[in-house]
This record gives sequence, structure tokens and C-alpha cells, in this order.
Amino acid sequence: MHEFSIVQDLLHMCEKNAQENNANKIKKVEVKIGKLSGVEPHLLQTAFDTFKEKTICDGAEFVIHVQELVVGCRKCEEESVLEKNTFVCPKCGGDVEVLDGEDMYLMRLEME
Amino acid sequence: MCKDCGCTIAPHAHTHEHGGHTHDHGHGHGAHTHSHEQHPNPQLNDPKTIEVITKILDVNDTQAAHNREHFEKHGALAVNLMSSPGSGKTTLLEATIDHGGVKLGVIEGDLETNQDADRILAKGAPAHQIATGQACHLDAHMVHEGLHHMPIDGLDVVFVENVGNLVCPASYDVGTHFNVVLLSVPEGDDKPAKYPVMFRTADVLLITKCDLLPHFDFDVEKAIKETRKLNPKVDVIEVDSKSGKGIDTWVNYLKMKQSLR
Repeated sequence: MHEFSIVQDLLHMCEKNAQENNANKIKKVEVKIGKLSGVEPHLLQTAFDTFKEKTICDGAEFVIHVQELVVGCRKCEEESVLEKNTFVCPKCGGDVEVLDGEDMYLMRLEME
Repeated sequence: MCKDCGCTIAPHAHTHEHGGHTHDHGHGHGAHTHSHEQHPNPQLNDPKTIEVITKILDVNDTQAAHNREHFEKHGALAVNLMSSPGSGKTTLLEATIDHGGVKLGVIEGDLETNQDADRILAKGAPAHQIATGQACHLDAHMVHEGLHHMPIDGLDVVFVENVGNLVCPASYDVGTHFNVVLLSVPEGDDKPAKYPVMFRTADVLLITKCDLLPHFDFDVEKAIKETRKLNPKVDVIEVDSKSGKGIDTWVNYLKMKQSLR
């Protein structure tokens, strides 16, 4: 699965941020993983724990926030969390746009 | 960081003993001091939390945007073909070449072998094979590398034939203009509901091997309905590459899209 590739990109991003902030060690990595990002959180955790060794993230805590699918309705302009994978407004049945829950973000780094 | 006094580790850190406790510190400060205000280039003294809020695939997405510039410079439409293995991606491309009307080139992604690229080359169209090794998807960097082996000038459409997989390729923008997801009749009409991330990315759903419909319990309406739950705007074309059914519609669709680039 592609969780290993995702973690490689994540580790590169951590290293870049550490350099920019003159940090020698990253203690905590917080990510936001959308429910429909195509990534399985527990596999991502395993991949991170495997690949972090001997990188700037060695020993770092990895915190995954799973993001629900949030949509905004173009008709009634209400925001809703989609429980099922049916992309219409649960309130009025209108056309929706996805506001969150489809992407993967590096949110926060704790470093020293 | 030293637990006793809180001073920080500089580049070329080493460990030594002084004053009865051990800590790491660096050279280069002239006279060693614990007064942080005097550091010319202070290191982080305490744990620091920074807000990053960047997409993890940011580097891929930047490369994807660059790939699109490549295609646009040459006036070529770029199409990402995704599906499970064996649903007929290469056969569709062969039928598209045989039909005529669009000049196409193909960047092929497979774990191993050049077989798919060889099939396209045998039809007289340019193709470049990317062997991904163990990687289950193509990313924008691999496609960029492939583009450097592909003469884009004079082509109407460049296809990226992704690794056969209904999961991983969905997470990667490879720099194409739109996504085509193939669903072949023998796979079953339940696949859109089972692989929502992939079918949600589809701009076009191609139902392939349609001549096999009498032999399978495949409900075309259900497959379309399930895909439109995920993506209400998806276009649907039913094709059979062997008999040529629907290929005319497919080629016209490509021509129309290409004319808009």
C-alpha cells in the first residue's frame, strides 16, 4: 500500500521544517488524515514507526487526527458531516462541495 | 538538550563532562556561556511547537502542476487511466489507436515488464514504460520522468496508464487534466461502493467489456447510480474494446476535450 510512500514525503517535510527552525530533534508529529484521503490511519502509524528510525523523527510521537468528511451545501449553505458516502446535502439534498476530509495534512511539529 | 541547565545543542555537538553533570553542547560560541541572549545565532532553547498545515503530498502536487504545464505547452490533453488490473486499460488504448482520429502517446506504469508499452508501440504509437518495482501507484515525479522519454509535440492526447489498483493511485495527482476510471463487467457492479475514494476521483466512468453483460449479473444502472452517489457529475461511457462498441463515443469525447485545451 502507499502508506510507506506517504510517510517518506512526511519525513522529508519534517526534516525541512526542522532545518528551517534550527531544530535538532522532532518530538511530536501531528497529522490530519481525511476519512476519504485513501489512507488507513493504523497502516500510516506502522509505516511512520518503521521509517522514523535514524531520521530527525527518531523517537517522535505520532498523533493522527482523523478528519470527518465535511461538506458545504451550495443551495442551503449549511455545513454538514457526511456519515455515508453519498455526496448530497443531508439537510436539503442540494449539491455539495467538500470542505474537509479528503486530504492529508501535516498540522503541527514539536521540536527542540 | 541538557536537562540540568537547559542549554542547547549546536552543530558539531559533542558530549563532555564538567561540573559533575553531563551534557551536550556545541563549539563556535567563543567563550562558552549559558546566557542565551548572547548567542549570535540562537538555537531553539526549549521545545517549540510550530503550526505547519501543509498537505503531506505538497511536493507531489507541485510536480503535478509542473507536468500540466508541460502538456499545456504542447497543446496535449492528458488523461489518467485508472482501474483494477485486467479491466482493459491497454486494450482500450489499442482500440482507440485502431479507431483513429486522435494521435496519442502513452506513459505506462506497471510493477514489472514492458509488455504494455510494447503493445502500444506495436500499434505504431509512442509509449514509455515506467517499471515501478514494488510501488503500487504512479506519482507526479515518475510521470515527469516518463515525459522526458515521450515526444509530446504533435500528440493530441497523452495517456498515463496507471498501475492496476483501485486504491493507491487515487491519492496522487499525476498532473493530468482528468481521470478516467474503468470498471469492467466481470468485476461486478459493487466496486464503486467498495472503493469510494477511487470512484469519487473519476471524471469519466468507462464501463468496459460490455459485450459480456449477458453472461454476468452486472447491473449497469446500479453501477452508475453508486458512482454518482460519490460523484454526481461523473460522465459515463459504455464500451467494448473488442467489438468496438462505444469506442466512437469515447474518441469523440477525447476530441471534444482536447479541442478545449
